[in-house]
Amino acid sequence: MRRSALAAIAAIGSASLLLAGCSKADDNKNENGTKSAGANAATKGVVNASDKKGGTLTYELSDVPDSFDPGNTYYAYMYNLSRLWARPLMTFKPGAGQEGNALVPDLAASKGVPSDGGKTWTYKLRSGLKYEDGSPITSKDVKYAVERSNFARDVLSLGPNYFQQFLAGGDKYKGPYKDKSDKGLSSIQTPDDTTIVFHLKQAFQEFDYLVAAPQTAPVPKAKDTGVDYVKHIVSSGSYKFQSYAEGQQAVLVRNENWDAKTDPLRKQLPDKIVVKLKVNPETIDKDVLAGNAIDLGGTGVQAATQAQVITDPSKKANTDNTYGGRLVYMAINTKVAPFDKVECRKAVQYAIDKVSVQTAEGGPIRGEIASTVLPPDIPGYAKSDVYATTDSKGDAAKAKAQLKACGKSSISTNISARSDRPQEIDAATAIINSLKKVGINATLKQYPSGKYFTDYAGVPKFTKKQNIGLEMMQWGADWPSGYGFLQQILNGKAISQSGNTNLSQYDNKDVNAQLSKAIGTQDTTERNSLYTQIDKKAMDDAVLVPLTYFKVLLARPQNYTNLVSTAAFSGQYDYLNIGVASK
Amino acid sequence: MISYILRRTFAAVILLLVVSAVTFAIFFLLPRLAGQTADQLAQQYIGKSPSKADIVAVKHNLGLDQPVYVQYWHFIKGIVAGADYNLGPTTVHCDVPCFGYSFKDHVAVWPQLTQRIPITLSLAAGAAVLWLVSGVVIGVISALKPRSVFDRTFMGIALAGVSLPMFFTGNLAILLFVFNWPIFGRDYVPFTENPEQWANTLFPAWCSLALLYSAIYARLTRSGMLETMNEDFIRTARAKGLRERNVVVRHGLRAALTPIITVFGMDLGLLLGGAVITESVFSLGGVGQYAVQGITDNDLPKILGVTLLAAFFVVIANLVVDVLYAAADPRVRLS
Amino acid sequence: MTELSKTGAAVGEPTHSGKAPEAFLEVRDLKVHFPTDDGLVKSVDGLSFSLEKGKTLAIVGESGSGKSVTSQAIMGLHRLGTRGKNVQMSGEIWLDGKELVSAAPDEVRKLRGREMAMIFQDPLSAMHPYYKVGDQIVEAYRVHHDVSKKVARARAVEMLDRVGIPEPAKRVDGYPHEFSGGMRQRAMIAMALVNNPELLIADEPTTALDVTVQAQILDLIRDLQKEFGSAVIMITHDLGVVAEIADDVLVMYGGRCVERGPAGEVFEQPQHPYTWGLLGSMPRIDRETSERLIPVKGSPPSLINVPSGCAFHPRCPYADIPKGNVTRTVRPELEQVSTGHWSACHLSAEDRQRIWTEEIAPKL
Repeated sequence: MRRSALAAIAAIGSASLLLAGCSKADDNKNENGTKSAGANAATKGVVNASDKKGGTLTYELSDVPDSFDPGNTYYAYMYNLSRLWARPLMTFKPGAGQEGNALVPDLAASKGVPSDGGKTWTYKLRSGLKYEDGSPITSKDVKYAVERSNFARDVLSLGPNYFQQFLAGGDKYKGPYKDKSDKGLSSIQTPDDTTIVFHLKQAFQEFDYLVAAPQTAPVPKAKDTGVDYVKHIVSSGSYKFQSYAEGQQAVLVRNENWDAKTDPLRKQLPDKIVVKLKVNPETIDKDVLAGNAIDLGGTGVQAATQAQVITDPSKKANTDNTYGGRLVYMAINTKVAPFDKVECRKAVQYAIDKVSVQTAEGGPIRGEIASTVLPPDIPGYAKSDVYATTDSKGDAAKAKAQLKACGKSSISTNISARSDRPQEIDAATAIINSLKKVGINATLKQYPSGKYFTDYAGVPKFTKKQNIGLEMMQWGADWPSGYGFLQQILNGKAISQSGNTNLSQYDNKDVNAQLSKAIGTQDTTERNSLYTQIDKKAMDDAVLVPLTYFKVLLARPQNYTNLVSTAAFSGQYDYLNIGVASK
Repeated sequence: MISYILRRTFAAVILLLVVSAVTFAIFFLLPRLAGQTADQLAQQYIGKSPSKADIVAVKHNLGLDQPVYVQYWHFIKGIVAGADYNLGPTTVHCDVPCFGYSFKDHVAVWPQLTQRIPITLSLAAGAAVLWLVSGVVIGVISALKPRSVFDRTFMGIALAGVSLPMFFTGNLAILLFVFNWPIFGRDYVPFTENPEQWANTLFPAWCSLALLYSAIYARLTRSGMLETMNEDFIRTARAKGLRERNVVVRHGLRAALTPIITVFGMDLGLLLGGAVITESVFSLGGVGQYAVQGITDNDLPKILGVTLLAAFFVVIANLVVDVLYAAADPRVRLS
Repeated sequence: MTELSKTGAAVGEPTHSGKAPEAFLEVRDLKVHFPTDDGLVKSVDGLSFSLEKGKTLAIVGESGSGKSVTSQAIMGLHRLGTRGKNVQMSGEIWLDGKELVSAAPDEVRKLRGREMAMIFQDPLSAMHPYYKVGDQIVEAYRVHHDVSKKVARARAVEMLDRVGIPEPAKRVDGYPHEFSGGMRQRAMIAMALVNNPELLIADEPTTALDVTVQAQILDLIRDLQKEFGSAVIMITHDLGVVAEIADDVLVMYGGRCVERGPAGEVFEQPQHPYTWGLLGSMPRIDRETSERLIPVKGSPPSLINVPSGCAFHPRCPYADIPKGNVTRTVRPELEQVSTGHWSACHLSAEDRQRIWTEEIAPKL
């Protein structure tokens, strides 16, 4: 089964695989790009497929990740990269685009087995699993990893806490550091060393997505030093830490105790993997274009590089313009008058010239004009445009008609945006100009992104007081499903008094019910159709204006192999099996 | 002289205390006064959508649930007596001087700083030597031949050097000498490991930074020399029959250099507190980069630590400059 | 007009007659011009005089009359520094048989400090504030003498002792700011005389000092002159100093000499209205305050646009006495009044005699 899954991937990239197989040497020496796979090749299949071992692979990041500790991270790129040293129960199949959204068992031998209508999930671990020190990996270590990452929030606070929310008794358990009993959380059971059973509060049919988080990667209790664990991570994956300098650099080398027989996914190709942090973004672009580094963040090249790359055909051939699993939108605050009336919201929908917004965001390379809540790379997406206007340029007549129906001739409101995101400011400005034409006067209010949700746009009291009727926003899913995407931004139950992400404060009984129903539905097709319906309902209620489906322009390093852009990690290359072609 | 130094050192300690209190007030007290609650503050250090219990736990663990003055007291106490910190399964003792733990990545600030100081020091020291030497040499020649082609050319370059931002010169240097013609290396190597490579990788950064400063120093030296060379004692030196070279170096430069040393000390002190932009452009993991990280993450202990370190270096530089000044100019020497 | 040579460009150009004079120091038709943005500054414009060893010449004039430039021209200092870059100079300066205007700069440098030395007006600013007094004297000595620091230091102590500084072995390690004004000037003199120069130029050596110290310093210079037999040029605007020390007097106005002669003659029978003015403005202890000062009216002439005719005519109360417009159109040449006494004035000898005896002398 698993082998054939791999074969399928190989088949997709067969052309390049064959090339690599037949004339590997020639291909590797080729640096002028004439034989490159072509623009967007990695969004369609694996580029430079190869099993060549050796070399040093370099990742560069302009920032610093929240943590290398699999139990204390929330960044997509860390979810992606951490699999090299931390094997979760499930993971995503390395594959192009939506194909990468498919779940495959990793530490587990097979997908989770639901029982009790989806309230209980059982996983069997593979046999022969070992840590880097040769000691065996047991299901107890997985249990412990979930406990420490979700229930010790005073010290490991950076990751999500879905397990705490969904596991039975999750609100009572104090976490392994305070509750020193060996029993731990009773809703996770380990009847034997290879079995782990999760008991949930309610049916949750997408539990396999949850256990694909690095939080299920095993951590040996005896080696856990809490916050300090990041300095001495015990690897369960194909690579282990040789050195780690906080905020500067990490060096990974082969984990000799990793056994390919226990792992159908990983190839362990490079000898060494270097992760450099706080690298100048321009330098990253240069290195990536030179073929010698991967931009770990996967946020795409800088504006200047983009201009250079898209105008040079030979360089463009080594780029991938991919969806980032994100929607750029403007929330309409249903709790701030007059947007409590749907007609006034619809007036906004019709008024906005989305092309001008797209231009402000950086043009088609940076985003495709959007008309649904779910982006195309998330299951549940169905093409639709409820407020279609000619060429998406807005329709002042229709907008004014809606305004009239709302009982208004003009509206005065505020629009919030993040001050340190110039493109968001530009987009908001474009929107203000569109709205002005129909008599909606919006004033731009800028807030720092670090406190946007905790202090400003995410505080309902604040937005009400400041008359913030419109709020600029971007959203990406924690896991690539309709639920993962919609639950935080359309669920009425998710509205909180601070740190709120349901900026529309949309609280619709039908939508809330459909979300609950969907997550309890085992059948994927049925589930996805529910997501489509929620999307449609939210659009009918005009609670947010989809602006663009976020896209990134990745430069594809030519010296690296097995590059494939996956929807599971916001369009990033899948970091599991990248190898080095030459040297 | 000794009592002078002691007196200045004591003043420096008081100054540092004041700086720490002010910095602490800016980052810890002002947000509170502006209406930010401890909950909101704590929430910045938790991932997306935290529960109430999470916030309470984090707030308690970071000590944010205490009044600000108590937090300040703990901070100062940590510096002189160390502090204990909860890692989860264990507590760890943060050794003296404990400048607190990062709110974000839960790492003690002080070891991070000491680990980064050599990098910033390497950058600052190398650049300082370059800009001091080049700035002074250019300034002297320009002053001796005012309005000459040399003077106009180099003062023009100096003006450009001051005006061009590091983003430009630094990135240009990287583009040209690291990527286009890979003369220089990229990855910082500690001096102790390989001095040659250390210098090689730092050289573009030194030059870019030096360009920025040498311009200022050339102008300073030029105007200082122009003034000094018109002094009566220069005429006296010439009247003795000294060679012009000796007149310029021993009599002119010696006097013109003193105020430059003052500025130099201050600049160097400031730089040691982190060359924020240069470190970012050249991807050097120094103190400045740590400050940037602290600011982007709103990680208060990091910001506090860097601010105090910078203040420390500036105060020390000031002290050294004062002592040097007294040594250089007998007129300001105190008994 | 003699063609002016630019120093630097044409140092060796023979602008002089090439004849060595008999006098120890002889200056012939010296011109020192500085081009500026506003025009050519003719600081010295055709000056001649001579001086024997053991004698003292006082050059008198207001500030800007060219007296300091003259002294610096003799020392070769005007060529140095930023201002000296494009100075134009002509004429001859003969010092002990050597011509200095056409000499190579380094030749002149070797003479500076050894054969000719200079004392400046303000010893505080004229000494380097960062170096010990002794070290500055040692430096002056070692430029011209290849001796060890120790020997030079002994010499410095000796000189400090000679100029009357108490505890010279101790003061040799003092800094200039630790000395009093008079002591500083003594140290300055010690520095100037450390190489036994044959020509000493003192540029307003007592101006910055109080009266009692002034007298001491002048006494010292006189004593030392006797001891070493040097020639001394005393640059001053203070005729009191001149009376005290000078053998000969040279009065400068607008870059030129208007009167020169033996000190006694010039004081007793001054021939030029400007000299009268200077004498009138000289403070004298034996007279009442109310009547003693008769200052020269007006301000010194511009050295860029020197007045036509007699440069002094705009300020001269007697400019209208000579017939026609001669004082405004014709520049008066120096004419011998009596042996060694020269004056450049359009007034007739009779007029001068009459004005002096009737109008000026009684008021002095």
